[in-house]
Amino acid sequence: MNIVVCVKQVPDTATERKLRSDDNTLDRDAADGVVNELDEYAVEEALKLKEAHGGEVTVLTMGPGKATETIRKALAMGADKAVHLSDDALHGSDALSTSYAMAQALNKVGFDLVVLGSESTDARTGVLAAMLAERLGVAQLTLANKVDVDGTSITIQRITDYGYDRVEATLPAVVSVVEKINEPRYPSFKGIMAAKKKPVETLAIGDASIDPSQVGLAAAWSEVVDFAAAPPRAAGTIVKDEGDGGAKAAEFLASKKFI
Amino acid sequence: MLKDEYEELRKTVEAFARDVVAPVIGDYYEREEFPYDIVRQMGAMGLFGLPFPEEYAGMGGDYFALCVTLEELARVDSSVAITLEAAVSLGAMPIFRFGTEEQRETWLPRLAAGEMLGAFGLTEPGGGTDVPGGMRTTAVLDGDEWVINGTKAFITNAGTDITGVVGVAALTGEREISTILVPSGTPGFTVSKKYSKVGWNASDTRELSFTECRVPAANLLGERGRGYAQFLQTLDEGRIAIAALSVGLAQGCVDECLKYVRDRKAFGHPIGHYQAIQFKIADMEVRAHTARLAYHHAAEKMLAGEPFKKEAAIAKLVSSNAAMDNARDATQIFGGYGFMNEFPVGRFYRDAKILEIGEGTSEVQRMLIARQLGLGDL
Repeated sequence: MNIVVCVKQVPDTATERKLRSDDNTLDRDAADGVVNELDEYAVEEALKLKEAHGGEVTVLTMGPGKATETIRKALAMGADKAVHLSDDALHGSDALSTSYAMAQALNKVGFDLVVLGSESTDARTGVLAAMLAERLGVAQLTLANKVDVDGTSITIQRITDYGYDRVEATLPAVVSVVEKINEPRYPSFKGIMAAKKKPVETLAIGDASIDPSQVGLAAAWSEVVDFAAAPPRAAGTIVKDEGDGGAKAAEFLASKKFI
Repeated sequence: MLKDEYEELRKTVEAFARDVVAPVIGDYYEREEFPYDIVRQMGAMGLFGLPFPEEYAGMGGDYFALCVTLEELARVDSSVAITLEAAVSLGAMPIFRFGTEEQRETWLPRLAAGEMLGAFGLTEPGGGTDVPGGMRTTAVLDGDEWVINGTKAFITNAGTDITGVVGVAALTGEREISTILVPSGTPGFTVSKKYSKVGWNASDTRELSFTECRVPAANLLGERGRGYAQFLQTLDEGRIAIAALSVGLAQGCVDECLKYVRDRKAFGHPIGHYQAIQFKIADMEVRAHTARLAYHHAAEKMLAGEPFKKEAAIAKLVSSNAAMDNARDATQIFGGYGFMNEFPVGRFYRDAKILEIGEGTSEVQRMLIARQLGLGDL
């Protein structure tokens, strides 16, 4: 099975994240880049499927040159090779144009199954899996916490508010995974060393037949008009219980129209 | 600046220590319980196989990769770090270095995978530094079996559920020391209950006794009579590993203080605002940093195949001092909370002292350094 796992480099959620003042896009230099956490679950699931069914795992990422760090980590975990879609023309692409560019790259690379995290910790649109499936004309199996492949048929459990749905499709397909699906492995030193020798192919937009007028900031359907830092959280009110704590709590809830 | 692959390893272990070890190790420590689940995960990551070749299920790395790993683990907790250090550097490494092909194939794959732990028995209740003069354990060849009698003290990893083999240093003749591999469960080999220790409370440390304990003659490790030379070499390397572990503890103290002094307020400011605190933390960072340079330098010489005895002794001495000094200062900065076991610095304080004792005391390091300066014959 030819599995492509899409990973994204995002700013470390543990550090302060910023937007750039010149074009209101993410300031990628302001914070350390790490693998989007949910994508680690996607890599793990892809590796498990490969271990169970054979085949090959290819990592696909779209991002600036710095994103090679993210590719290296996925390769160190055990993926076989990587494709890095990188072009200045892609800067500022929104979800719609990202899905177009990624779909073009996926068509060039070829796949039986595409696996990705259900959302990224930076943009958090959570729509890429669905858009990719539409662009590619294949089944979409989103929000999976369990994936089973049997021949060319694929079944997932999609978590819902009321339990889960069982969703079946025929390969090729796009699957997005949630964090409950597995426990991502830590790369071993052997994996880290081996990753250095694994092939990484860099694609510019021309290499993947991507129309430059369809991507980048100028082609984005949505625009960040303005942004401001979140105001610091105001200090809470502390009520001392002097025998009337219950009444004061009720008073507070009533003032907020909770009771 | 670490080379790429070491930096990636460092980041991986840092994330593991933060996400897997830190949240639970305080409880293990409090219960004085060996953290099997953490050790199993360290094994799955290949940490126990770091310096061994792939043919023995190793990671194909080197001793420096082990040191970088020990430092990152000890930034969070020393018990798990010493478990790894003793298993690799004292348990598995002598088998890899001095063992026959058969001994390597028997033990290394499981040791390198962390499925089995190895230990090394050198110190005795009546003799630590005083080897070989103070050694009392004997091994006598009787037909095709060694018969071992004696007691070993303070042996790390000796009594866990997954301990598989102990290398025992024993007198096999007049001032002749040899190392013999004794599998766990051999009749006549008994493991006492765990010591009650000041620190390293989530690691396994035991007294071992051997009474008419018989193992096959083929369990001799390396040549007969080479035991002393073997463990001198093992200990020279081990000093660099303990130095790395000490640097980790020293840096862990800085990490904890940097968080605390931003939050803790006194007299209207975070306490980090005051120079008395700032200077203490600056000194702590200096100690951790210079000690790190010392162990990196010793490891570099060792890996280049150059003599490194003096550098290893210097690294061990400065880094164990750094760990002890930083633990004391960090505890002081935390005030009353520093004296509470639930805060990591309290644990660091308890774990630091042994670093000036184990794998050669600070006095032994000074002795080695003086000898290397040519003062040994005066």
